[in-house]
Amino acid sequence: MSGKPSRWLTGFTVLTYVFLFAPIVVLIVFSFNDSRRSFTWQGFTLQWYEKLLANTEMIDALRVTLVVAVAAVVGATILGSLLGLGLARLRFRGSGGVQTLLLLPIMTPEIIMGISLLVFFSQLFGLNGSIGQIALAHITFCISYVAITVRARAASLDPRLEEAARDLGASAVGAFRHVTLPLLAPGIAAGAMLAFALSFDDLVVTSFNTGVGSTTLPVQIYSGIRFGVTPQINAISTIIVAVVSIALLLAWRLGAFRTAARAVVADPEAA
Amino acid sequence: MTAAATPADVESARGASRESAGTRSAAAATSVLVLPGVAWLGVFFLVPLAIMAVVSVGAVDSAGHITLANPSLRNYSHALDPEFIPALLRSIYYAAATTLLSLAIGYPVAYWISRYGGRHKVALLILVMLPFWTSYLIRTYAWVMILRDNGVLNSVLLDSGVIDEPIPILNTDVSVILGMTYGFLPYAILPLFVSIDRLDYSMVQAARDLYASGRGAFIHVTLPLTMPGLVAAGLLTFIPALGDFVTPSVLGGAQTTTIAKLVQTIFTAGRDWPYGSALGFLLMGVTIVGTLVALRSLRREVMGASA
Repeated sequence: MSGKPSRWLTGFTVLTYVFLFAPIVVLIVFSFNDSRRSFTWQGFTLQWYEKLLANTEMIDALRVTLVVAVAAVVGATILGSLLGLGLARLRFRGSGGVQTLLLLPIMTPEIIMGISLLVFFSQLFGLNGSIGQIALAHITFCISYVAITVRARAASLDPRLEEAARDLGASAVGAFRHVTLPLLAPGIAAGAMLAFALSFDDLVVTSFNTGVGSTTLPVQIYSGIRFGVTPQINAISTIIVAVVSIALLLAWRLGAFRTAARAVVADPEAA
Repeated sequence: MTAAATPADVESARGASRESAGTRSAAAATSVLVLPGVAWLGVFFLVPLAIMAVVSVGAVDSAGHITLANPSLRNYSHALDPEFIPALLRSIYYAAATTLLSLAIGYPVAYWISRYGGRHKVALLILVMLPFWTSYLIRTYAWVMILRDNGVLNSVLLDSGVIDEPIPILNTDVSVILGMTYGFLPYAILPLFVSIDRLDYSMVQAARDLYASGRGAFIHVTLPLTMPGLVAAGLLTFIPALGDFVTPSVLGGAQTTTIAKLVQTIFTAGRDWPYGSALGFLLMGVTIVGTLVALRSLRREVMGASA
């Protein structure tokens, strides 16, 4: 059916994949390079990993990042899943407005969200940045992604399954718990993963809401880059890439990733 | 109703009875499901924007506090000073170049995955998305190591004798556009894939049977039918690229000031929040107008394609 691709097209595709992965490979390779300055290979070392483990600033930043990410995942997953389910299932006045409200945080440049939250927290409450403030900000930009992911999943479910459960005598709560929720689970898991990735990675919104003692890993890495390159950044990056890859592999085995792929694909159409 | 009610009749009757009996429970469900999220976005998204709007018409007094004593639009008219317009134009230039490159690279790749990916389609798509799941900042930083004067690229070119002196690439327009294209390419490939994969290939075959050349069939059949995907991919690349802060500040230098960088500098260094807020709103305005224009053309394309 599909015939043979032209050699040019295949070569181009392969090159693009190389383009996508080469920087990550470079990053990993140079985390083991026995030289602080040079970008040519000087021999294998683990010294950057040892220095990283002794770097309390980095370790503290990692701890803050994880605390914030967990809070963001929990908050955004609860609020976003309810919202996504509501939008898929219910017809109510103003649902068009809610859809727009959901898209706005995605369309708004991160920097605008960062400064508006900074102005909000500092002018209204006199707050100067803290872990809690960052967590509130992260929940805010994660809700939309979770809601859209869950809505896509909920909309693809056959409502007759829940009706069948009701007809067979299940209570409304029972039908939801035993039929709808398990079917929604992959979408909720995908939304939670997305929220974790977005929160863990966020630099811009965080940098406006960070304060003393609430430096996250991206903020720490960013200031590290500004003050000169150190292979310790390569080491922490390699660890992050490794952890993310393992998590994605697990998610792939559990099937959640296919839902995430579908949801991300469905997103542009929602817009 | 006759004795032999069709399943559709039963379905609609059941739906109607449930709806009338459940109006109150539907309202309750709406308030439980929808209200918390909407309230959250209202308090932590819309209210901050409103406060930023108020601050943007204020000024900074001699003590450095924000004052609303004489509200005016002067911060917006300051935007016409030679600081803002070049930054805006540079942002648009970077975003447009990034979008065009991402579409030009993404289209053939999405086409290849769709037509020749076979049973590996999903795996190939996940490979495209894999970098998206690792930190954007870290991936941008990786390009610093590649593009620096003593970086990987220059080292390879020097060692192989292609060049005698390192080419300065970092901190230029090229490094910023390259970094952005790298970062946003996955956003382009996914919607392109969806649209190309949905294309009924027998349409292309029909065009070929009617003596269209390969190129003619592509231009007159494939391209118009996948136009919604192109517009969606363009939007998904252009919007984040326009407001991107990370790439121009990590891979760019002083001469690559974009609006996002300008706003960030005003907020952290200059601390003239009213002026920074006004510039922020202008960036948001450009973003939203651009999105609406693109969406309108998407709608027209979709209608045109289905007509």
